Amino acid sequence: MVNTEINIENTAAVISIKDLKKSFETNIVLNGIDIEIFKGENIAVLGRSGSGKSVLIKIISGLLKPDSGIVKVLGREVDKLTEQELQELRLKIGFSFQSSALYDSMSVKENLAFPLVRNRLNLSEKDINIAIESVLDDVGLSQTINQMPSELSGGQKKRIGIARTLIMKPEIMLYDEPTSGLDPLTCIEINNLIMEVQQQYNVSSIIITHDLTCAKTTADKVTMIIDGKFLVPGSFEEIFNEKNENTKRFYDYNFINKK
Amino acid sequence: MPQMGQDLEELVVVKGKKFFISKEVDLFFTGLYNVYKFIGHFFKEFFSLPFEFKEIINQCYQVGNKSFLLISLTGFITGIVFTKQSRPSLAEFGASSWLPSLIAIAIIRALAPLVTALIAAGKVGSIMGAELGSMKVTEQIDAMEVSGTKPFKFLVVTRITAITFMLPILVIYTGLIGMLGSYLNIHHNELTSFPAFLNSALKSISFLDISASIFKATIYGFTIGVAGCYQGYNATNGTKGVGRAANTAVVLSMFLIFVEEMVIVQFVNSIR
Ligand SMILES: Nc1ncnc2c1ncn2[C@@H]1O[C@H](COP(=O)(O)OP(=O)(O)O)[C@@H](O)[C@H]1O
Ligand SMILES: [Mg+2]
Repeated sequence: MVNTEINIENTAAVISIKDLKKSFETNIVLNGIDIEIFKGENIAVLGRSGSGKSVLIKIISGLLKPDSGIVKVLGREVDKLTEQELQELRLKIGFSFQSSALYDSMSVKENLAFPLVRNRLNLSEKDINIAIESVLDDVGLSQTINQMPSELSGGQKKRIGIARTLIMKPEIMLYDEPTSGLDPLTCIEINNLIMEVQQQYNVSSIIITHDLTCAKTTADKVTMIIDGKFLVPGSFEEIFNEKNENTKRFYDYNFINKK
Repeated sequence: MPQMGQDLEELVVVKGKKFFISKEVDLFFTGLYNVYKFIGHFFKEFFSLPFEFKEIINQCYQVGNKSFLLISLTGFITGIVFTKQSRPSLAEFGASSWLPSLIAIAIIRALAPLVTALIAAGKVGSIMGAELGSMKVTEQIDAMEVSGTKPFKFLVVTRITAITFMLPILVIYTGLIGMLGSYLNIHHNELTSFPAFLNSALKSISFLDISASIFKATIYGFTIGVAGCYQGYNATNGTKGVGRAANTAVVLSMFLIFVEEMVIVQFVNSIR
């Protein structure tokens, strides 16, 4: 895990959000989100279902537009960019979807080739094959290269989904519930992968989860969306303890009721 | 639009919860407006670079490949059955020799475009609705967007272009296959030779008939493409929504094809 010295060295935040608000008609989802995320830092965002976690990262990647507030990614204001600029910025953001979102009409190899073929027009087929093999090796699934997504397990799909974003060498990773729906052992594997990715690719990550084990192992800082706002981010121990009324019930449920 | 009440909701992307006139009327007009925007988006993206040529070719191949067998079979059978059914009526007037002309008119003017379009709506339109619908609800469309490819252009524009281009070709093919079926039946019964059959068939159809059919086919193709892609691209509610998208795509495009048929026939007859 990354220690705090790095945060002090890199003063420019990779992602910086100020007073972000987003509603859908009468449904107020985000109501004043503030956060800064620095180079190489992993931050876990917890929150109940429907609290707006997915909406938050969709705004960061420009899939949704904020109603108000400032969302800066790598120094650029996401909602002020032209279509062309947004496309370029997006290549630096890896997005791991909750449903893995592999293109199910394409093989694993074609899935991984897709972003390269579409965005790096000068690459030869050989370069692309090398990139595919290397990224498959990074996620430990070299043997699946010719399989179709329907032949993969849930955990394998997640890994290929992550590999498909890593192939573009992103600077930021957004994980939407990377461990949901997976068995405990596979969860641990995915958690390890998230940490390997952080180190090997030196990315900053937002990890959305309701899985406290995932948050505890993968994140340098933890925060939680409550009523459309973030708690002040802190270490896992600072956020989840007996004294913190906001998170106590969440914690109790995850760790005590499951015993 | 064909359905009423609750089904109407499936045709449209619901925007607001407050209604101006009544729920049904509002939904109808928001739906119409959304389709209008969708078509506008299509033309905007169609004329912008890069032209997704490779994917359009791939989609053309898919359209042909998916419908070829079914269209061959139905076209052939239509030709035979229509010939068989028309024979007694003509024979009553002692006009059996007019059979080839009658068949040619029926097949080229009406049957080939309609049969082909209905088969394509059932086969290709439903696949478009289902494919795009499942891509939508499993976030594949979002994934494409964040990986730097415009999904509307790559998925929707290519599909609509492909079927609009392919349907006229398939209609010509259905016409030929239908005429072949008819010829075999006539040859068997009336012992008409092929040149004689061809001669009397061709005499009865004009250039206007053929161009009107090709024009109709283009419109039908576009309709199937828009209905299928619109439903799929706006699918919601998980796997249930995918089924709905496919189903509504077929029902909607079949209904629209008949409406368009009526309008175009009126128009063509007025200039004939
Ligand atoms: N595209 C959308 N249109 C309307 N409402 C939406 C949309 N996306 C999300 N919402 C609503 O926003 C709220 C937060 O959703 P989401 O971010 O997906 O929750 P979660 O924290 O479980 O990821 C939900 O109430 C959801 O219904
Ligand atoms: Mg979510």
